[in-house]
Amino acid sequence: MNDDLISPGHRTCAGCGSILAARHMLKATGRDVIICESTGCLEVTSTQYPLTSWKVPWIHVLFENAVSVAVGVKAALWAQGNEHTQVIAFGGDGGIVDIGFGAVSGALERNDDIMIITYDNEAYANTGIQRSGATPFGASTGTSPHGKVSIGKKVWKKNVPMIAVAHGAGYVASASIAYPKDLQDKIKKAMSIKGTRYIHIHTPCPVGWGFDSSKTIEIARLAVQTGMWILFEIEDGKFKKMFRPTELMPVENYLRMQKRFEHLKEEEIKIIQDHINQTWKELDNLEKSGVNLRTIL
Amino acid sequence: MRKLGDDMEPGGVIKDVGSSRKVKTGSWRIFKPIVIDKCTGCGICVQFCPEGCIMINEDRKAEVDYDYCKGCLICVNECPIKAIKSEREVK
Repeated sequence: MNDDLISPGHRTCAGCGSILAARHMLKATGRDVIICESTGCLEVTSTQYPLTSWKVPWIHVLFENAVSVAVGVKAALWAQGNEHTQVIAFGGDGGIVDIGFGAVSGALERNDDIMIITYDNEAYANTGIQRSGATPFGASTGTSPHGKVSIGKKVWKKNVPMIAVAHGAGYVASASIAYPKDLQDKIKKAMSIKGTRYIHIHTPCPVGWGFDSSKTIEIARLAVQTGMWILFEIEDGKFKKMFRPTELMPVENYLRMQKRFEHLKEEEIKIIQDHINQTWKELDNLEKSGVNLRTIL
Repeated sequence: MRKLGDDMEPGGVIKDVGSSRKVKTGSWRIFKPIVIDKCTGCGICVQFCPEGCIMINEDRKAEVDYDYCKGCLICVNECPIKAIKSEREVK
């Protein structure tokens, strides 16, 4: 049918954003790649034994150690004299941002020659939507429910791309499935660089976030247009490219489309809006100053 | 009764790559996307289809593979000229 390296017939929910991240990732890498994927939505749905959707070498790894296995695979390839095959540790926000984070930090610190890619659906979606470190402020989940005394998650999203920069990573980028060309370009660019490279992909989840399955791309695009998700590239500690919507839309447009933010009152939305405005201001200053983040973080 | 391990590869290795194709997820569908004549074959729906089951055919029109389409209707939502309609699936 087409030359996709992911076959249809996988059991992701209708309108899943994560499988699109995997599809675009493989479009960029081609066949010369080994994927080490941690447990998560995508692993469970795309490789139900004895079937698989993947047409590239792929290994299922635990939550904790997808990155460690990737480092080992890379070492084995090196021992064979193979320098061309890309090794990618691929995981959800549960696997990379939270549970497997120790191994991520280790690889970044050693600067092992692998690529780490996160598909971020902002919750433990596979087990029924519990909060993760990547869940945004104010979102209601199974373990951060909203109610009389709670507004949902009370703290801000963990900023793993910046943590990767602080480790001294040579290439760090964020991407979105609503901008597939940009996503593929970033992965291609990362392939040309040695050392640990980190890419964080925003992938909306219709079931977990509470919106109609047809809106997945619309929500992903809105996240970028409202500034909730910022597309950037940091090379050798310096901001290279930041996608700037001509005008930031009010974040309310994004929040009001999702059930997980339905309970937020005006003043809580204002807190989020102020946070976004402040972040953009800081990033603007950072970009203008041309400062090398690796030296200050 | 089938014994565990009879047809298993050591280590749970799956040799038949892309074999999930055997699962026809089209049976999940509640709404069905239908490409109408004004489609220009721009390919925007192709790149946003989570199943990867839309292709541009020889007539330069989008064509949905209903064996796999789960009916999420992202294509309907994203088509810039509204050339994909949806209707309730009749089974």
